[in-house]
This record gives sequence, structure tokens and C-alpha cells, in this order.
Amino acid sequence: MNSETSPAIELRGASKAFRTPSGALHTAVRDLDLTIGKGEFVAVVGPTGCGKSTTLTLISGLEEPTEGEVLVSGEPVRGIGDKVGFVFQQDAVFPWRTVLSNVMAGPRFRGVPKAEAKERARAWLARVGLSSFEDRYPHQLSGGQRKRVALAATFVNDPEILLMDEPFSALDVQTRALMSDELLELWGGTGASVVFVTHDLEESIALADKVVVMTAGPATVKEVFEVGLPRPRKVEQVRLEPRFLEIYREIWSSLGEEVRITRERGAADAA
Amino acid sequence: MPPETITKDAAVRPAGRTEARARAARNRRVLVLAARVAVLVAVVGLWEWLARTAVIDPFNFSMPSKIWDQVRTWVTDGTAQGSLWEQVWYTLYEALLGWVIGVIAGVLFGIALGRVRFAADVLGPYIKVLNALPRIVLAPIFLIWFGLGPASKVASAVVLVFFPVFFNAFQGAREVDRNLVANSRILGATNRQVTLQVVIPSATSWIFTSLHVSFGFALIGAIVGEYIGATKGLGLLVAASQGTFNAAGVYAAMAILAVVALLAEGLLTFLEKKLFRWKPADTAR
Repeated sequence: MNSETSPAIELRGASKAFRTPSGALHTAVRDLDLTIGKGEFVAVVGPTGCGKSTTLTLISGLEEPTEGEVLVSGEPVRGIGDKVGFVFQQDAVFPWRTVLSNVMAGPRFRGVPKAEAKERARAWLARVGLSSFEDRYPHQLSGGQRKRVALAATFVNDPEILLMDEPFSALDVQTRALMSDELLELWGGTGASVVFVTHDLEESIALADKVVVMTAGPATVKEVFEVGLPRPRKVEQVRLEPRFLEIYREIWSSLGEEVRITRERGAADAA
Repeated sequence: MPPETITKDAAVRPAGRTEARARAARNRRVLVLAARVAVLVAVVGLWEWLARTAVIDPFNFSMPSKIWDQVRTWVTDGTAQGSLWEQVWYTLYEALLGWVIGVIAGVLFGIALGRVRFAADVLGPYIKVLNALPRIVLAPIFLIWFGLGPASKVASAVVLVFFPVFFNAFQGAREVDRNLVANSRILGATNRQVTLQVVIPSATSWIFTSLHVSFGFALIGAIVGEYIGATKGLGLLVAASQGTFNAAGVYAAMAILAVVALLAEGLLTFLEKKLFRWKPADTAR
């Protein structure tokens, strides 16, 4: 298949089952069918613990699907590809490396000469506004700053596919809005396809072109919504548009049901 | 703190409060230091007094003044085996060499087994058995194998040092943050790079914890080795003093050993601080 015409990411009937420590088989996702075009920003929402993150690990190549296929640029995923960037929910910066060295890590791992890696890292640090912090260690930064380091460390590799697993969920509300705007700005220049997993519906609408609603676990795609809000966007402003409310209501009517199912199950488990 | 100081502190205006706190902290430090000296003086004084008044047998228990004289004689006139510094140097050399070898081997094996699941599964039980062995009993065997020279002491130091370092390195390699490994793999790290640049750095704090303990073990290995049979060293000094019923000599050697161990410990802490600049100050200690 030609990589020019094929979509950036394609999941065809992908399922993933894990063995739990007790030996039981736990299905995280089942029959996942999803197509993400080049340069598209897709948000995946679903009830907590439904297997949203598993979708990302399948695309990244960190895990293989038990059934079905995962294609990136028309090629089946075999191991971790070099086109993929991944921003994790928890801090995944190297605590023993300085900020600059953290951002240099990706290019250095990939064999880019030191001088060039440094130059590229500095350029991305400037873009996330951390130029004056390059000699600091992660513990000397705030949560938002560490997230910026993680973003720079991901973008410096020029990923064609950007996977984000609730990247801003640990941040406070204001920092979160700021980081969302920053993400849109950074992403704007790259043309990368983004899969952004979140449980925050507002965040997903503000950021994405398409919102994918997952069912309660074992998760599969329930519905896909086109957001249809114009770009460039500012997260705080886009929330006030009538279209935002309209699509919010529309998606919530779909998502709310799954959330309720999950909650009832949780209550049944607790009882 | 006595109640009158509290009321006085409360009466001070806010501007003076910082100063008052600083003064209180200073006073406390002085008090702690003074109390420490007092404890030392009391213990040493009591010992001296009990020995002089023959409440305890000075022949068996010696007394601080005699020990001090013994140290001075050793420093000025040398010991029966040569100068005191030579003895200290021998012990230190054996301990240090054994420690370095043991640490390197322990770290290499620990990381390797921590990373290669198969090797860990195969070798695990054997390592447990070896660890269960009271390894100090190997010292006489090493003496037979390697002779009276430093080699046998180095060997006993190595076997004592290896295991704690090994277990910590192993644990450290096993408990690396999975996120960090996943992230580095996404960023493009090969298995080798993950081991060298992610696993080893994150295991260092585990390894360092064991370094402190294991240096003590290295000294024990060297001393016991010397005690059993040697031509030079502090352990031999202990054995020789014991052989001539010189209790002061045994204590004096012990005191010298303690000083050597404390100096080495200080050096290690200093190195650790330099190496762990990336850690938040409250946990890096």
C-alpha cells in the first residue's frame, strides 16, 4: 500500500487482552476500528479505566494486539516505530538529567551528533519557553514546566504521530488551559497526527478535530463526532462559542451513558 | 524548652522573631555538641576511674590512659611489625581493593540479572544459597588458597562486599520506573541504551545505600583475614596484642580502625552528594 495515500493510523478489529496477576484474562479493548488521517487531531474520551490508554500502547508498538491489526502509514506496527512520540500521564522525564539533556535524549538515542542534538533541543526549549532553565534538574521545576520539558523532548524527534495519554490531568486547571494552548501552537507547525486520550470532555472538544467516544470496558469505539470548530483556537475562548455547547451536549448524551454503566458496575463490585 | 522562653519569644515583635529563632537554633546546636562531649568524657572518665580504683580489672579491661599511651608509642616508635602507618595502609589497601572488586562485580551481576530475566530465574536459587552461607568462614580457606599476603584478605573482603551490593543493584534494576523505560524506548533507545542510561542511573541510589554498609564489610573482611594470619596490618596488630595479653593494644587498634572507617564513610558521603545533585535535597542524604 502506498504511504502517501494511506491514513496515518488505522486500527482494524484490534483487541488486546492481558493476563492479570491472578491468572484471569482481562480484555482491555475489543474489535477496535479506527482511522486517523494525516495531520488530524483526534481526542479519545471514555469512562475511567475503560482501556483508552491501551489503544495508545497498541499504536505506539509498546504492546501488540492479541487480535486484529494496527497500521501506521499503511504499514503494520512491528515494535516501536521512530515516527511515534508519546507523552505520558505521569512525569516520564529523567530525573538525573538536566532539562537540556532531557530534551537531547531522543535525538541522542537515535544517533544524532551531540552538537546537532543540542542545537535542536535548544530550539524546542525556546519554543516551550524554558531556555533559561536548561541547566536545572526536573525536581527544581514546577509540574507545568516538567510537562513542557516532556513536550519538547517529544517534539524534538519530529514525530509524525503524537500519542498523548491524559498528559495534563495532573496539572491544576489554569496551567492546564495554558498547556493546551501551547500544545495547539506547537502542534500547528508540525503536521503530526495526534491521538489525545482524556476523560475530560471539555478538553477534548477544545483541542480536537474529531472526538471518539469509547464504551465502558472492554472498550470499543462507540461513536465518532466531528467537532467542526475553526482553527486557530484559544482554549478559553472556544469554550464560549455556541457550537462548543452544542457539540458538548451531543457527545455527552453518548458518553454519559457509558459513564453511568461504569459507575453502576463499580457500585456492583463494591457491593 | 522552658516555659519562660516561650512567653519571651511571643512578646518579641515579628521583625525580631527570625533572629530569635536563629539564636534558638544556634543554642540548640551548641547544647547538642556540649552534651555529646559530656557523654564521651563521662564514659571515658568512668572507665579510667573504675580501672584505677580496680573495680574492674585493668589487666583485662585496660584503661583509656594506657590505650592512649599505646597509640602514642605506636605512632612514635612503630609497632613490632613495622611503622603504624604501614599497618594502617595495609589494612586499608586490602579493604579498598576488596571493596572495589566486590562492588564492581556486585553491580555488574546485579544489573545483568536485573535486566535478563532468564539469567535471574536460573541463577536465583544458587545466589540465595551462597548468600545464606556465613561467608566469614571462608577466610581460613582463602588463607590456605592465597597465602599470608594481601590476596587472601582481599578475597574475604570481596565475598563480604559482593552480596549486599549485588542484591541492591538487582533490586534497583528491577524497580526502575516502567514509565521511564517506556518513554526512553519511545524516544528511540535501544536495549543497551536503556540499560546504560536509564536502568543504571536509576539504580544508583539503591547501589549507593549498599556502598556505605559494604565498606564496613570490606574492613571486617580485611581485619578478620589479617587476624587469622598475616604479615602486616591492623588485624595482625590485634592478634599480636592479644597474644601478649596486651589489652590496651587491642583497644588501641580498635580505636584506630574506628577512625579509619569514619574517614572512609565521610569520603563516601561527600562523593554521594556530588553524584546525586539531581535529587531533591530532602531525600538525597
